[in-house]
Amino acid sequence: MNAYTKYFVKKSGWYLATLLVALVLNFLLPRLIEGNPVSTIASQVSQGMTDSDSIKKVYENFMKEFGIDKPLIVQFGIYLKHLFMGDLGTSFGLYPRKVSDILASAVPWTVGLQLPAILVGWILGNVLGAVAAYRKGLFDKVLFPAALFINSIPFFTLAIMMLYLFGITLKWFPISGGYDFQMAPHFSLEFIGSVIRHHTLPFLSIVLVTIGGQAIGMREMSIYELNADYVLYSKLLGIRDSRVARYVFKNAMLPQITGLALSLGTMVGGSLICEIVFSYPGIGTWLFTAIRQLDYPLISGCTLLIALTVLLANFTIEMIYGIVDPRIKAAQMEEN
Amino acid sequence: MTHSVRILLKSPKFLIGAIATLLMLALVVIYPLVNKSDPFEMKALAFQPPGSGLPLGSDNFGRDLFLELVYGIRTSVAVGLIAGLCATAIGLIIGLASGYVGGWIDNVLTAVTNMFIVIPSFIILILVSVSVNSRSSLVVALIIGLTSWPWTARAVRAQTVSLRNRDHVNLAKISGHSTPRIIAFEILPYIASYVVMAFILQVASGILAEASISMLGLGPYNTISLGIMMNWALVFEAPVSGAWWAFIPAAFAIAVITFSLYMMNTGMDEIFNPKIRS
Repeated sequence: MNAYTKYFVKKSGWYLATLLVALVLNFLLPRLIEGNPVSTIASQVSQGMTDSDSIKKVYENFMKEFGIDKPLIVQFGIYLKHLFMGDLGTSFGLYPRKVSDILASAVPWTVGLQLPAILVGWILGNVLGAVAAYRKGLFDKVLFPAALFINSIPFFTLAIMMLYLFGITLKWFPISGGYDFQMAPHFSLEFIGSVIRHHTLPFLSIVLVTIGGQAIGMREMSIYELNADYVLYSKLLGIRDSRVARYVFKNAMLPQITGLALSLGTMVGGSLICEIVFSYPGIGTWLFTAIRQLDYPLISGCTLLIALTVLLANFTIEMIYGIVDPRIKAAQMEEN
Repeated sequence: MTHSVRILLKSPKFLIGAIATLLMLALVVIYPLVNKSDPFEMKALAFQPPGSGLPLGSDNFGRDLFLELVYGIRTSVAVGLIAGLCATAIGLIIGLASGYVGGWIDNVLTAVTNMFIVIPSFIILILVSVSVNSRSSLVVALIIGLTSWPWTARAVRAQTVSLRNRDHVNLAKISGHSTPRIIAFEILPYIASYVVMAFILQVASGILAEASISMLGLGPYNTISLGIMMNWALVFEAPVSGAWWAFIPAAFAIAVITFSLYMMNTGMDEIFNPKIRS
């Protein structure tokens, strides 16, 4: 286990460094906006406010939050301190709501939509890709171009097409929101039914696009493995086909797990845009609203949350991968 | 070179992709020469269905959607090409530097590359776009290029490392050739096919990135791109009005362009990597 501990510590160090880079980017980029962001922003927020006292209060509040009068490095310290206390600042667009409150209300929707969708899409895609590589013939000839085409359709395009076809033309599913608007969230069969009906279309559109990309990757990996020498050798030894297939797919599967880790960022980004199309009450829709209102704290809150989640997911996958993949285990042993 | 091109032309996948791309490009170059009207000009009422005068109907501002589509494809392809060129160039330089030179340069560059692979480029794209006040399509293209190089850098580095200790490279070293010369004549020719394929993929992902970011409302100003058309359709609730012609053609155009680019890439992959030829 010693080798694994070393691997764990090394990886943790790298992820901490990456986290720091992500934090610096999140901190620095919105501060590159020309001029004094606070006055630009405060004048936008206080538009329509006539009471000079409340305008002053808004201004001072943001001044304190940004700490604009202090040097940049001190500002970063303040930013980190607030972050550790779970304080992401105050929203401009929905003043005086806290960004962390808005995000907390959105996270369950996003997680409930994306986690199952990405997992189901990944599993189905891998199974289809493997079967296409193994069966070849007609199945492969049909599946491969179809997967390639679906994969080249951006997430939101498929979402918008499904919205139009199943939501508006056929009226099978509701077209926006997370539940029927006249309902208050409560625990009842009716409410859960409504949530499921609203969940179906965005879920399916994410699953479909994910299947496309994964099936292509898995097909390629499997073909590569099927052509490897050990397959021919096992066949010559007279090992049963089903058993050889098992070896092949185990080997082809492992890179697909890293593939999942690495493409997670793209997938999450794409799924966020799916949410916008369906006005699903998740992070993506808030991000869309925030960008339209130039609500910087909410924008950077959303981006930070997404970056953190993707980093964490990647880290988890790499940790599991270190245990599962014998090749990485061997590399750990060699280093010792 | 001519030999590789001749082989390529025998691959049906590559041919389909290339022909579709060329047809699309021909359309968007020739059509504005025939129909010289301004795509921003309002010609009809909002959301008119496709008819005789307007092949794809009108959008929420009453503008000719077909003309918009043509200009949109033009901008999107241009953004994709510039972004792809930029990303491939950066990835190639970083990959070659870290792969061939090695040592601490390799360690630093690999660390940076790995970090930017894990931080979603989509997020950096949003943060930079929000911070840049005046975004022309060139600026958007450069931002996309600057955020999407890590994949290419990693792959180029891996290939360069495997080439670095081959005999012909060592021979060139002993003969006293300079490092840039060795890279240009002994390394580059071996990874050229890969770089071209990476470029095609980068163009496709550049077009997709532009569409996603424009869809969010962070696209270039004062121009029409496919993503911006989708954004307008969504903001002005075209789906609810039943105006399919405001978003389906744009969505379809994005899919067709990226599909044909992927097809070209797959075709080339099968030729240059004989192992996956089934």
